Amino acid sequence: MISPERYFVNFGQKVLVFLYFFGGMTTLAVRSIYLIFVPPFKKDRLIEQIKGAGFDSLPIVSLVALFIGFIFALQTAYFMQRIGSEIYIASLVALSLVRELGPVITALVVAGRVGASITAEIGTMQVTEQIDALETFATDPVKYLVTPRLLALCIVLPLLTLYADAVGIFGSYLICVYRLGISSALYMKVTWEALLYKDLFTGTFKTIFFGMIIAIVSCYEGFNVQGGAEGVGKATMHSVVKSFILIIVADCFFTALFYFIFP
Amino acid sequence: MIEIKSLHKILGGHKVLNGLSLEIEKGITCVVIGRSGCGKSVLLKHIVGIMKPDSGQVFVNGEEVTKLNDHELNRLRLKMGMVFQGGALFDSLTVGENVGFGLIEHDHINQKELLHRIEDSLALVGLSGIANLMPSELSGGMKKRVSLARVLCIKPDIIFYDEPTTGVDPITADSINDLIIELHDKLKVTAIVVTHDMTSAYKVGDKIAMLYQGKIIAEGAPKEIKHSDNPVVHQFINGLAKGPITETVEPFRMNHIV
Repeated sequence: MISPERYFVNFGQKVLVFLYFFGGMTTLAVRSIYLIFVPPFKKDRLIEQIKGAGFDSLPIVSLVALFIGFIFALQTAYFMQRIGSEIYIASLVALSLVRELGPVITALVVAGRVGASITAEIGTMQVTEQIDALETFATDPVKYLVTPRLLALCIVLPLLTLYADAVGIFGSYLICVYRLGISSALYMKVTWEALLYKDLFTGTFKTIFFGMIIAIVSCYEGFNVQGGAEGVGKATMHSVVKSFILIIVADCFFTALFYFIFP
Repeated sequence: MIEIKSLHKILGGHKVLNGLSLEIEKGITCVVIGRSGCGKSVLLKHIVGIMKPDSGQVFVNGEEVTKLNDHELNRLRLKMGMVFQGGALFDSLTVGENVGFGLIEHDHINQKELLHRIEDSLALVGLSGIANLMPSELSGGMKKRVSLARVLCIKPDIIFYDEPTTGVDPITADSINDLIIELHDKLKVTAIVVTHDMTSAYKVGDKIAMLYQGKIIAEGAPKEIKHSDNPVVHQFINGLAKGPITETVEPFRMNHIV
């Protein structure tokens, strides 16, 4: 049995670990945002990251968004058919996807795909002294590695989210038009009527912060890898788990914030 | 000239550097020997400014590394180059991009000049024509040579070698030793080589310093070190399992846990 003293020591250690993580993350975030505005500006590096994080994520985002559209339409149809309101599936799916599911699902997919890859890459660079080598060549590792990834994810995630919203709505459209017999024109009309600009804005705006979370968490975990291959594996796992948690927490915060700002 | 004064560093509760002092005159090759994990690489990282000491001073060409701001430190770093133990080549870049890294990042030279400098540097280490390969396609020895070419490309005044002959076969090791000597004679650079390979130390060093328990316990010309009557130096250079190093290592660690 754990003694009360030991319990408090364990608790205190966990608090310190959390504060260390939070402090380190904040410092890295502030420094990398500051370095965005400090020359030299290497646009090739940014374009390479945008391609890797955005364009190369299109297949997985398409697949996930399409199936989410299918599933959501079918699940909503289950209840809507009972009350004879199938036509409202279109508005419900559009609103849920644009405001909530699209941004969060896209962010989680990108955290798993891109975030894990960033941590593994930077972590491997850390254990093979490549980060030290950067410093010996008078190159700031944060400027060289973090800034382009941060900027790329902040640009790419809103665009991927809009794309995922469209693909998800298309998935739902296929189910409603070809399975439930709703007319194509009516489906489109109800979808457009349901969506307001503020829905698109609130859904897309928060993904800039999700992109920031993914970039900073995955880079931070990569820089703090200790040990060899095992350390890289652990850091990659921590990076994905912490990104997931922080994205959900941030989503909750933004949902509450927008609820009061744009009632 | 490099001057290290009373350097202290604790890592993970262990005193890695414990008042280390060393002077390296301009244009010589100084070999720092010592057991694995005794702090040789840590010493190099302090000179380059990657690590900050708990106390003590490091002077390079009269400038105190520990007191320089980021801009000044970066300027100084471009006069120094470090060849890492495993090469530390950037995996995502080709050999050519690795070799030209310092120039691409800091010098705005044209493409033709850049390619010329890259090929010249690769030729100096005997690896012409491999600029388009990826680091994963190279052997361990080739990686070390490319790492050296990457350093030579920025034309440094000082070169640090971290275990240059570790992990390569004896023939490759000897060719790396020859390369260090050749570059020293040709380019007149100051060099610090950290190693525990005594064959290499005797061959390349103008001066050898032994690091033990966080301090330099002996230094001198290779001949003086070879005939040293210090029991610690004697045990190390002759590779003896029994002696003061192996007898005192445990008590030393116990006493220095913070």
